Amino acid sequence: MTEILDRDPGFGIYVHWPFCAAKCPYCDFNSHVRHQPVDQVRFGAAFARELATMRQRTGPREVTSIFLGGGTPSLMDPQTVGGILDAIAAEWTVPQNVEITLEANPSSVEADRFRGYRMAGVNRVSLGVQALNDKDLRFLGRLHDVSEALHAIELARANFPRLSFDLIYARPGQTVEDWSRELERAISYAADHLSLYQLTIEQGTPFFALRAAGKLSVPGAEQAAQLYEATQAVTAAQGLPAYEISNHAKSGAESRHNLIYWRYGEYVGVGPGAHGRFIENGQRIVTFTERVPETWLDLVERKGQGVTGGETLSRVEEADEFLLMGLRLVEGINLVRFEKLAGRPLEPRRIAVLREEGLIEPVGNSGLRATPAGMVVLDAVVADLAR
Amino acid sequence: MTKTPLSRIRNFSIVAHIDHGKSTLADRLIQMTGSLEHREMKEQILDAMDIERERGITIKANTVRLEYDARDGQHYVLNLIDTPGHVDFAYEVSRSLAACEGSLLVVDASQGVEAQTLANVYQALDNDHEIVPVLNKVDLPAAEPERVKQQIEDVIGLDASNALMISAKTGLGVEDVLEAIVHRLPPPREGEAGDPLKALLVDSWYDAYLGVIVLVRVIDGVLKKGQTVRMLGTGAKYQVDRVGVITPKMVMVESLGPGEIGFITASIKEVADTRVGDTITEEKRQTTRPLPGFKPAQPVVFCGLFPVDADDFDDLRAAVGKLRLNDASFSYEMESSAALGFGFRCGFLGLLHLEIIQERLSREFDLDLIATAPSVVYRMNLINGEQIELHNPADMPDVMKIASIEEPWIRATILTPDEHLGAILKLCQDRRGIQADLSYAGSRAMLVYDLPLNEVVFDFYDRLKSISRGYASFDYQLTDYREGDLVKMSILVNAEPVDALSMLVHRSQADKRGRVMCEKLKDLIPQHLFKIPIQAAIGGKVIARETISALRKDVTAKCYGGDVTRKRKLLEKQKEGKKRMRQFGKVEIPQEAFIQALKMSD
Repeated sequence: MTEILDRDPGFGIYVHWPFCAAKCPYCDFNSHVRHQPVDQVRFGAAFARELATMRQRTGPREVTSIFLGGGTPSLMDPQTVGGILDAIAAEWTVPQNVEITLEANPSSVEADRFRGYRMAGVNRVSLGVQALNDKDLRFLGRLHDVSEALHAIELARANFPRLSFDLIYARPGQTVEDWSRELERAISYAADHLSLYQLTIEQGTPFFALRAAGKLSVPGAEQAAQLYEATQAVTAAQGLPAYEISNHAKSGAESRHNLIYWRYGEYVGVGPGAHGRFIENGQRIVTFTERVPETWLDLVERKGQGVTGGETLSRVEEADEFLLMGLRLVEGINLVRFEKLAGRPLEPRRIAVLREEGLIEPVGNSGLRATPAGMVVLDAVVADLAR
Repeated sequence: MTKTPLSRIRNFSIVAHIDHGKSTLADRLIQMTGSLEHREMKEQILDAMDIERERGITIKANTVRLEYDARDGQHYVLNLIDTPGHVDFAYEVSRSLAACEGSLLVVDASQGVEAQTLANVYQALDNDHEIVPVLNKVDLPAAEPERVKQQIEDVIGLDASNALMISAKTGLGVEDVLEAIVHRLPPPREGEAGDPLKALLVDSWYDAYLGVIVLVRVIDGVLKKGQTVRMLGTGAKYQVDRVGVITPKMVMVESLGPGEIGFITASIKEVADTRVGDTITEEKRQTTRPLPGFKPAQPVVFCGLFPVDADDFDDLRAAVGKLRLNDASFSYEMESSAALGFGFRCGFLGLLHLEIIQERLSREFDLDLIATAPSVVYRMNLINGEQIELHNPADMPDVMKIASIEEPWIRATILTPDEHLGAILKLCQDRRGIQADLSYAGSRAMLVYDLPLNEVVFDFYDRLKSISRGYASFDYQLTDYREGDLVKMSILVNAEPVDALSMLVHRSQADKRGRVMCEKLKDLIPQHLFKIPIQAAIGGKVIARETISALRKDVTAKCYGGDVTRKRKLLEKQKEGKKRMRQFGKVEIPQEAFIQALKMSD
């Protein structure tokens, strides 16, 4: 029934490599810097064990996509990556057309490694470029400069069928003109996918402390909105329109893995601090694993998995998550699926008010999406719809 | 009847400003006459409620019977009636004073005479009291007894040459106070034990075990157990169950005779059935002349009290009911507001009374409340000749039907160090005050102003305290109703009127009040997905306007598989927050906005 109502959101495998060469001051991801070499063989074996344990819970499935994220997965040896991909293929059905993405940092890129990843099966690379000027790269704590970034892009294009890279904008003092120019230049290097994130000051990061101390000021709401709108205009004009709040692609080049998240599909998460959501015994389960790499490793070696928590989502929780994720997509959500999850329709009065304000609009008979104006204030729109 | 002859009974009260040491002196008198064992002493015995002890105010009248062996070798019975000191309870004070023949005027030897002292001492003089001035805290380095004595003579016009110098805290001179009570205050006037009973109802309160306890002063006749009595004011008839005196323990006696003060219980269900100032007489032989000065309690200030959480309404109903059991001067009726849901419109004797009730509701009953802005009682003279009283601005009749509106005025007395005089004069002028008198006693100025009460309920006291850095003291009494150019100011949020925020204001103040309210609301109502005009209006005319701009940007940049739980938790919090908001058309106004907007400050 679900398949008829909505396209199958897919089934993905997320693998978290938790190590970085250095911690960036804006990053609140689960990443760790180690001064001794990481025992990749041991970690590789642990990934394989945790994957096998997960397989017992999900049962046999066909994998839509695999995503190696981090941390800095490009610090993994190609053999480690190959081992993980082999383990996945041993547990589930992995079709020929599967999407396999690896996140890479321009500073840790070498031609040999890229060739190795490609040989292992990786067919898409996502590069953390972040900026195309050296001053801002230093501000963002990146270990590469612009010329290294461009070199990495070139190498990636030569080695992988698909390539995306990330940029961070709304940096302190950044004007709409600066950013538009930088973005246009970025698009000239881009393949068919770009992730463009507004700089967000997350709690617990060095930037957070700096801002609290009054030493860092980021653009206010008006400036941030103008930067966002400029981003939409430039990318649309250059043929890379947004398909999600911060993701832009040519038609058909969207990240299939990330679409699983936003279309509220199922995914298994392995590695330290990874999250998963899949259907078990007819109910949607949340899993998350131990965040500290060594502790996770120990858990997996002793018990076969590093999962430290999990819960079954209630209807309301599932419906909330579905709205939260789905409305980020330009394609919007299927209201029939919402009703099935929530056990009730969205409140017509709320929909009416938001439509009147031009923030949401219907799609076909049973779809709903945020308008471009709605996207800029999506969190508030979702909060309005969700209760 | 106790066997003490009238010549050895003294009934007295203590008149003092807050913090000048009334309760400490009372404690000391109780201690020195051995009325309580040392282990039974705790501070401020007569202030029974926590709120009284903490704030250093007396809300309910209380009494204690002291047994004193004087230096002349005679045994005396000294009845101390502790009176509420605040203007809100002026009527109760006058009745307590009516039960006594003399007063101690306690003045802090460094602070000097304050406005509240004045009002109460005049009341005591009105009741023909003999007054003994007592300078307290003379042991403190800042004490200036000579200056303060001079001030008592200048400001009050009382001979202070033989004022007592004491320290209630250390006990210095307290023995002399007892002697002065015996020798300088008169005994009760001769009453006739054989005459029909005539007793003054001084106060009453509710006791969980004994029911309503009535404090009485017998004038003529004898009040005894088993007697059937009648209250002349209410007409109610009761049989007396118990007669007793308070030492401060309750001690039962057979009867109370002329001049004596004590209590009775008579199976009275509610305090509301007893009226302070009423005359109690015998059912069989009724006195023909009731005591003068009786009047029923009149609420002066009204405000709406609403539960923050609508589910607490039943608890609020139970709580106001319980408070009313013990406080007949507090009145309430159910009210419903589009903004605040169901609550009660409550009437109070004044601002302090309002504050006390609010505090007791939240403290003793653990209720979260929103109080609307206090409003006075307006008289509406309608075109058809009818006169109605308006307790709630939301109930204001159509302007077309109103011929004129009258508002209550007060006469305020303010005492202040002269360096703050300029600022205080300006405050009174700004509040439509009319100066009646200005005089000096040393470096202190005494200012008498006629002011509309509605300007005073609007944060006047807070402003006065702040501009005088706490040094000015203030007291007032209601004088009359005067016609005023009053208008109803409505507040519209996104073109929807918000009933809880409407108020009656003088036309000359409307622009300023409207502007302040709109500015406040602009900060208090969160941004929405659309812009929200906030307007203050009189009739159809907008007098002030602010606009809350629409939310410009609010979207999480990054949201992937691992972020879902965190984002969902945030969303749940937001939803929880929205539950605590009230919906006005499309706009959601947080409870907090009402609480802040209605705070009486500008």
